[in-house]
Amino acid sequence: MTDHSAPAPLVAAAPNGMLRILTRRSEAVILPLAALLVGFGVFSIFLLLQGKSPIEFFSLTYKAGFGTAFSWQNTLSRTAPLLFAALCVALPARLGLVVIGGEGAIVLGGVAAGAMGALLATSPGAMALPIMAASAMIIGGLWIGAVGALRYVRGVNETIASLLLAYIAIALMNHLVEGPLRDPASLNKPSTAPLPDTLRVGDLPGWEVHWGLAFGLLCCVLAWVLIEKTTWGFAARIAGGNMRAAQVQGLPVGWLIIGFTALGGALAGLAGFFEVAAVHGSANASLATGYGYTGILIAFLARHNPLAIIPVAILLAGFEASSGLIQRRMGLPDATTLVLQGFVFISILMSDTLYGRFKMFAPERWRSA
Amino acid sequence: MPTPPFSRRSFLKGTAATVGAAALPNFAAADGHSPLTVGFIYVGPKDDFGYNQAHAEGAVAVKAMEGVVVVEEENVAETTDVQNSMESMINFDGAKLLFPTSFGYFNPHVLETAPKHPDVRFEHAAGLWTEGMPTNVGSYFGYIGMGQYLNGITAGHATKTKKIGFVAAKPIPQVLLNINSFLLGARQVDPEITCQVIFTGEWSLAVKEAEATNALADAGCDVITCHVDGPKVVMETAAGRDAFVCGYHANQSPLAPEKYLTGAEWNWADVYTNMVQTTLDGGTIGNFVRGGLADGFVKMSPLGPAVSDASRAQFEAAKAEIMGGGFAAIKGPLKDNTGKTLLSAGEALVETDIALESMGYLVEGVIGSTS
Repeated sequence: MTDHSAPAPLVAAAPNGMLRILTRRSEAVILPLAALLVGFGVFSIFLLLQGKSPIEFFSLTYKAGFGTAFSWQNTLSRTAPLLFAALCVALPARLGLVVIGGEGAIVLGGVAAGAMGALLATSPGAMALPIMAASAMIIGGLWIGAVGALRYVRGVNETIASLLLAYIAIALMNHLVEGPLRDPASLNKPSTAPLPDTLRVGDLPGWEVHWGLAFGLLCCVLAWVLIEKTTWGFAARIAGGNMRAAQVQGLPVGWLIIGFTALGGALAGLAGFFEVAAVHGSANASLATGYGYTGILIAFLARHNPLAIIPVAILLAGFEASSGLIQRRMGLPDATTLVLQGFVFISILMSDTLYGRFKMFAPERWRSA
Repeated sequence: MPTPPFSRRSFLKGTAATVGAAALPNFAAADGHSPLTVGFIYVGPKDDFGYNQAHAEGAVAVKAMEGVVVVEEENVAETTDVQNSMESMINFDGAKLLFPTSFGYFNPHVLETAPKHPDVRFEHAAGLWTEGMPTNVGSYFGYIGMGQYLNGITAGHATKTKKIGFVAAKPIPQVLLNINSFLLGARQVDPEITCQVIFTGEWSLAVKEAEATNALADAGCDVITCHVDGPKVVMETAAGRDAFVCGYHANQSPLAPEKYLTGAEWNWADVYTNMVQTTLDGGTIGNFVRGGLADGFVKMSPLGPAVSDASRAQFEAAKAEIMGGGFAAIKGPLKDNTGKTLLSAGEALVETDIALESMGYLVEGVIGSTS
């Protein structure tokens, strides 16, 4: 596969024709898809070893995740928090930072929204909801922004710091909803005061899926514009490619790091806001259910491309939506879906080493073949 | 507008109905009635030696019934996940009776899903159904505090250091009642006994449960019980430190056969088979159902080999008294552990008293704090 006789030219030949552009672009689509299929293949072997039918598994997954109108509603209602959680990983990743603690920002964003909602219980929704959302974003932004600041100012590893901060966030949430913010009427499930109906976020018209999905999709598109079409995004990509070079160029690397981590955290905080305002109606321990961790998987599968996050998040939400039917029909444990996710994750990570290795994706090397 | 006698649409409708009706018998059971599909949803794994296992054992009993199909899901989070799981059981499996068994499923998830499916019955463990909530929702629970009181009696006999320990999840009323009952049971044996409590803050957090158990053993507690979702870690850790253990939720004697005194267990098998039978017979389950030892909601594990004859005698006597009904473990004179008087002499809160479901204190003799 490697070709030593023809070193790639320093400057790629100008692509002539649509075909070459398409070929070049297709690498980013075909490789992850192939990796996905390999993951499915390995998982099928795993199922066969358990004496279960992979065909039944995938047809049930299709049926429960995407096969009926109810399945789509089930899948999409799980997608919203995953979109935000994945953006919290993907945005800092453009700077080469691996932030895996979005869960903390989701949880604290939810607490901030719940507390603010309890405070503004008598205000009209049009005024209170934006304030609740903003406070969730500020808290989430501060939490993950602090990870970026620690990284830039003190050189603390952002991966470890964000993960550990997530545990602190959950402990803080427990303390707040069981202590200062507890609604005395919430006896056996300590929660903040329930939000009045005026402060609840409803469903999309004609759907049983809340507005968080629409905002999540919008944020994915905006994040893509930010990264691909603005000078900030360009600067971030430069810094992600080579931080020293970016500093030499005079780019404000510190602000980029803090800004992108804070923005990611703010979006994760927004997920917490929607969980409280659209789903739970108050902030409580149910906020910590691992959306932040599924978001890591999605962001890596999407190769940190905000637009690719959308289909990947829907795919994984579909897997999770089908996990129940698979438990019930095939007698497989709940962890089966996790095993599948694990195989796919490893397969995708390994595929990262294959970029640039296939001549078919590099038109400038065709001639030497 | 006059309707044409035979339109294409009505033809299609008629055909669909005929085909549908012809297909129906395929789903019917042999006896001509379609089976009742019952769905169980658990917040954790079905084999956690604890809360979820107790419910899953109830589901096993229901599976053995005639004319019933059971579907189960484990590890379902208290978010839209559980709403989707319930909808999925209704949509794909045709479930007509659901048991979402975790406390956090109730509000808002069960309360929001139930009105969309008036023909489905939602039976929720531990919830507090009140007037005005959907009428196809019921909540049931048991007075398991009495079981911890009986645990306490065997603990009182077994302890040599006069210190007993309690690993608790969260300082909420159900848990506080269990802690207080455990100590008050032990004080029936010796009023000098104290009970140290450690809250882990989470329903299921194995590492902290092990740490808490070790800390209690280090502090000299030689009988330990708990109220967490899965007592396995506490039981094994405590027995490893040579402490006696009292079980909770399910029978944990296989985990520490020599050290296990007894345990307060749920008896969901009886409760669930009764509820399913009522549904099969076309009856209605009450919206607010509670029961204790006498009603078969709660049972005690068989006494272990380490239980002395004196202990057994006092245990059996107290159990008989509870079975008689109207028993109160929480009775005056009683102070909380900050010295505040809770009940004066002659006052008592019997096991069925609704005031117990909002308990916010630890009684005198419990070392620990609710905040």
